[in-house]
Amino acid sequence: MPGTVITVTSGKGGVGKTTVTANVGAALAMLGHSVVVIDADIGLRNLDLVMGLENRIVYDIVDVVEGRCRLRQALVRDKHVAELHLLPAAQTRDKTAVSPRQMAEVCDALRPHFDYILVDSPAGIEQGFQNAIAGADRVIVVTTPEVSAVHDADRIIGLLEAAERGPIHLVLNRIKLDMVRRGDMLTVDDVLHILAVELIGIIPEDEQIIVTTNRGTPIALNPNSATGRAFHDIARRVRGEHVPMTSLRDRGFLERLFGFMRSS
Amino acid sequence: MDFLRRLLGREPSSREVAKERLQFVLIYDRTGLSPGVLDTLREEIVAVLSRHIDIDRDGIDLSVTQEGRQTKLIANIPLRSRRP
Ligand SMILES: Nc1ncnc2c1ncn2[C@@H]1O[C@H](COP(=O)(O)OP(=O)(O)OP(=O)(O)O)[C@@H](O)[C@H]1O
Ligand SMILES: [Mg+2]
Repeated sequence: MPGTVITVTSGKGGVGKTTVTANVGAALAMLGHSVVVIDADIGLRNLDLVMGLENRIVYDIVDVVEGRCRLRQALVRDKHVAELHLLPAAQTRDKTAVSPRQMAEVCDALRPHFDYILVDSPAGIEQGFQNAIAGADRVIVVTTPEVSAVHDADRIIGLLEAAERGPIHLVLNRIKLDMVRRGDMLTVDDVLHILAVELIGIIPEDEQIIVTTNRGTPIALNPNSATGRAFHDIARRVRGEHVPMTSLRDRGFLERLFGFMRSS
Repeated sequence: MDFLRRLLGREPSSREVAKERLQFVLIYDRTGLSPGVLDTLREEIVAVLSRHIDIDRDGIDLSVTQEGRQTKLIANIPLRSRRP
């Protein structure tokens, strides 16, 4: 069966696309799937750093499309998880170095060899975004529960619908329970009501994400932490398992998270 | 957010304000429908309908709602009953 191409995008920058790509990619590979993560953020490459693979890069995606190497040669093997690979972005070029058609061709060339191909999109709605979605079979939109991030997520969802790209799933990142409790943060329900797309995961605000990113060892490598488990739950939902949102952590947490609106 | 304050009878939380503002701005983003356009629509609908039927102008309610990702314009137009 050919692999599935899943693009991770957001509209607004800095909401967690690269973090989600690295961690869901690692979790899928830990579940036994063969996975490639593609850094489509040409000129601002980061996925290699987040995964701790920056000093293993020989070739990048621009070398591939310009014919300086074969696709296989550009793939970097992960050092933690077998069956996880990275196709790095070029750092010294810009988004126009790859066209949407070339990106779709790269995805097509990878599909026969891997179960999942995850594409980390750059922020924005310009060519970098068009490249990132060119080969997508599915799209994960990442947002935080803040007005500007949700606003931009809505724009991206509109563009994806117009381009007939989907299904679209939502990851809600950086939820802070104490702020939700105080009535100072949009709840999961609020964001779902506004964006009206299907939820595939909730990631709490967790400083361990910064610590693990500092080390280049994604938090999903430790599925015993609540946040690591949240990424594994997303991976399991990606592959079609039904994982209730409540298995994330204690039931009280999510009931409060979801229920706030109904009670007020 | 005076509207929220009146509705709730208290100071709205920042979460409530955020939700209200987002819903408001997204209606415009998604459809191009602004409060000004809504007022114009109301006037023109009244003018057209009045030519044919007797409507209760004060009872007219023109509102925008969201159903999934579909935005709907809902017009509620009470008709006056005919005098005997
Ligand atoms: N749940 C979280 N808790 C705490 N920190 C987080 C969380 N998610 C992401 N971060 C941090 O936020 C920053 C931005 O994350 P990331 O680089 O994944 O975003 P991005 O959407 O890829 O950004 P860009 O648009 O620049 O590509 C990083 O420093 C990351 O470690
Ligand atoms: Mg990024």
